[in-house]
Amino acid sequence: MKCRKCGEKAVINMRHHKLALCQKHYLEWFIGQVDKTIKRYRMFRKKDKILVAVSGGKDSLSLWDVLLRLGYKADGLYINLGIEGGNYSDISLEKVEKFVAQHPGAHLHIVDIKTLYGRSVPELARESHRGKRICALCGLVKRHEMNRVAYEGGYYAIATGHNLDDEVAVLFGNTLRWQTGYLARQAPVLPSTHPMLARKVKPFCRMYERETAAYAILQGIDYIYEECPYAVGSTSILYKNLLNELEEQSPGSKLSFYLSFLQAKENEQICFMGEEASPELHPCEKCGQPTTAPRYCAFCRVIYKLRENGI
Amino acid sequence: MVKIIYRDKEWEVKPGITVKKAIKEAGLLVEAVLPIKDGKLITEDTVLKDGDVVRLIAVISGG
Repeated sequence: MKCRKCGEKAVINMRHHKLALCQKHYLEWFIGQVDKTIKRYRMFRKKDKILVAVSGGKDSLSLWDVLLRLGYKADGLYINLGIEGGNYSDISLEKVEKFVAQHPGAHLHIVDIKTLYGRSVPELARESHRGKRICALCGLVKRHEMNRVAYEGGYYAIATGHNLDDEVAVLFGNTLRWQTGYLARQAPVLPSTHPMLARKVKPFCRMYERETAAYAILQGIDYIYEECPYAVGSTSILYKNLLNELEEQSPGSKLSFYLSFLQAKENEQICFMGEEASPELHPCEKCGQPTTAPRYCAFCRVIYKLRENGI
Repeated sequence: MVKIIYRDKEWEVKPGITVKKAIKEAGLLVEAVLPIKDGKLITEDTVLKDGDVVRLIAVISGG
């Protein structure tokens, strides 16, 4: 198979785009597609300070790499969750630090949950009897810390490496259960609703997971291949596998599902009735982040409960 | 023979088939893996030759 642009040997074939490209032209095409997405959804501008949430995986490191190459003011944030299974957190931190060493000028914030709050995420989950819902707790911790660092550092937006497959898996799950509240909020940009809650953007939302992996490999980015031990068997992976079965038979199905959903919302062809008005926010008495809960936000309630019990 | 490596598994296939066929025979999806030979990405229409070693990189992760 030959590169459509130069006729040299192709390294990747994207059936959904009917496009095969060589290494040089694939990397150019990928970076250009991401820049178009940033501009199409008005995510941020060159003058804005962006915080990239990096996990050591292919998506987030590739995103940081692309943003730096495009000349955006992009700093990294690594949250050490203290996941010991398979030395997951240690290895992922190594990958992030290696990336920084290879990208002169890249600035990285590191937040260590155990150092800051006395417990790693798995320990917090065990001690608050959330062992079976560790992924929900992990999400809560990451959101809190991303908002905190973004606010303290004066960042305009937090960029995450969510790719098309991530977005389509979420859309599929929410559609299966008709979770209209989640469907109403799913978008490439989640605007800030409070000065302490950062704007969230997903510049890879139109890039297939296979494409982000190819970008990382071709760009020589060393990323963690191993899955988070708590994600094994997750519903999102089940949905991704199902959607890939569909994509195999009908190339372009994932992209079409996602883009037609966004288009229908934008054109107001679909709307979600019965949405509650935005709940009133007040500052958490401990951390100051806005919350709808009485006195303390969900994050601080987990931390307080542990401390009050003297564990 | 051609050696195929995927995660911690290895197996052999006969030369002369395409990468796509080797992926499908293993019960995998083209969409879910990236094939690498001699350290370089290859397309799924590549015909495998005797002595080739192809590593299939899984691209799906939990989000």
